[in-house]
Amino acid sequence: MRKLSFAGLALLGLVFLGMPTLAFASPPSAQEAGAVQEEELDPALEAQVRVLAAKLRCPTCRALSVLDSPSGMAQEMRGLIREQLRSGKTAAEVEAYFVERYGEWILLQPKAEGFNWTVWLLPVILLLGGLAFVFLTARRWVRQGQSAGAVIVEGGQERES
Amino acid sequence: MSWKKLLIPASALPIIALLGYGLTRDPNKIESPLPGRAAFDFVSETLEGDTLGLADLNGKVVVLNFWASWCVACIEEHRYFIEAERYYADQDFQLLGVVYQDTPENARQWMRRRGGNWPSLIDPNARIAIDYGVYGVPETYFIDREGRIAFKQIGPVSRTLLKQLVDSLLVLPAGVELTGADAIPSGRSAGHVRGGVEDAAARVGSQP
Repeated sequence: MRKLSFAGLALLGLVFLGMPTLAFASPPSAQEAGAVQEEELDPALEAQVRVLAAKLRCPTCRALSVLDSPSGMAQEMRGLIREQLRSGKTAAEVEAYFVERYGEWILLQPKAEGFNWTVWLLPVILLLGGLAFVFLTARRWVRQGQSAGAVIVEGGQERES
Repeated sequence: MSWKKLLIPASALPIIALLGYGLTRDPNKIESPLPGRAAFDFVSETLEGDTLGLADLNGKVVVLNFWASWCVACIEEHRYFIEAERYYADQDFQLLGVVYQDTPENARQWMRRRGGNWPSLIDPNARIAIDYGVYGVPETYFIDREGRIAFKQIGPVSRTLLKQLVDSLLVLPAGVELTGADAIPSGRSAGHVRGGVEDAAARVGSQP
């Protein structure tokens, strides 16, 4: 029963992971051809493509980057990044091209400006607040423990005398 | 109650408010930066083997629809496009399809089976789709006579949305219903449309 439920969970996990790919599937032949093409390219250029692709959100999968997504659209986007870099565009220009068409939504890491600062600052504030809470609570417990210990000791001394 | 006891719930309030605000938003409704901007030009081969570009349709209201034969949601809106093709036959109106992540043969078969005489372009390497910031299909762009993107519809268009937008762009009097041999009640598609008709009309109205 335990094995069966584990297998069931694993299967469910696979189904969920595969869903975005299935929903926006492209013909497999095109994906395979693209994969072969990607392997045959200049390593320095490929490194640049990977850096940029990791910053961009796959429009069909949404939760994955263009680098990680196996969808046909992400593959075409990697191809376009490569094409633009090869034509002499800078990484910033390529990024701006995608932002112009998809908006800032396409960036997996929002720019640190305006309301976006909430995303950057809130985790830090929460972390510092949590640490302060733990420190203050621990200090209070230690003090309470010390004063309780002192009462016991005093009580013991009283009994001895 | 001391201020220290109030501190924890008080600090949690903004976070709860932020989460609550997030829950009221539709994650599928993504603001596009394209409406109001000039439509990107493109030239490609149609399913019939002709060459066609957006510049060839200058001066017309263009409804640019990204679709695929494997897209279930595209079936319903296709009926409205057939109706619109007939209804606006004498107007400066052009429907133009772009086949998204599909084989030309499957797309040809789909058009033959479902009807419609408007051209559809093959989009090798999805360059047109990426240029237009397409997330998936169906997506439809309403382009005015001056070649500006007036509105972007993510998801299938409804009959009402289609008519309101095209009429506004053609500057036609409102009130006449789209009719077709296979007409369906317009309310049926409302649940599938992301972004309301009022929203759409407001955007068209706000164009310079």
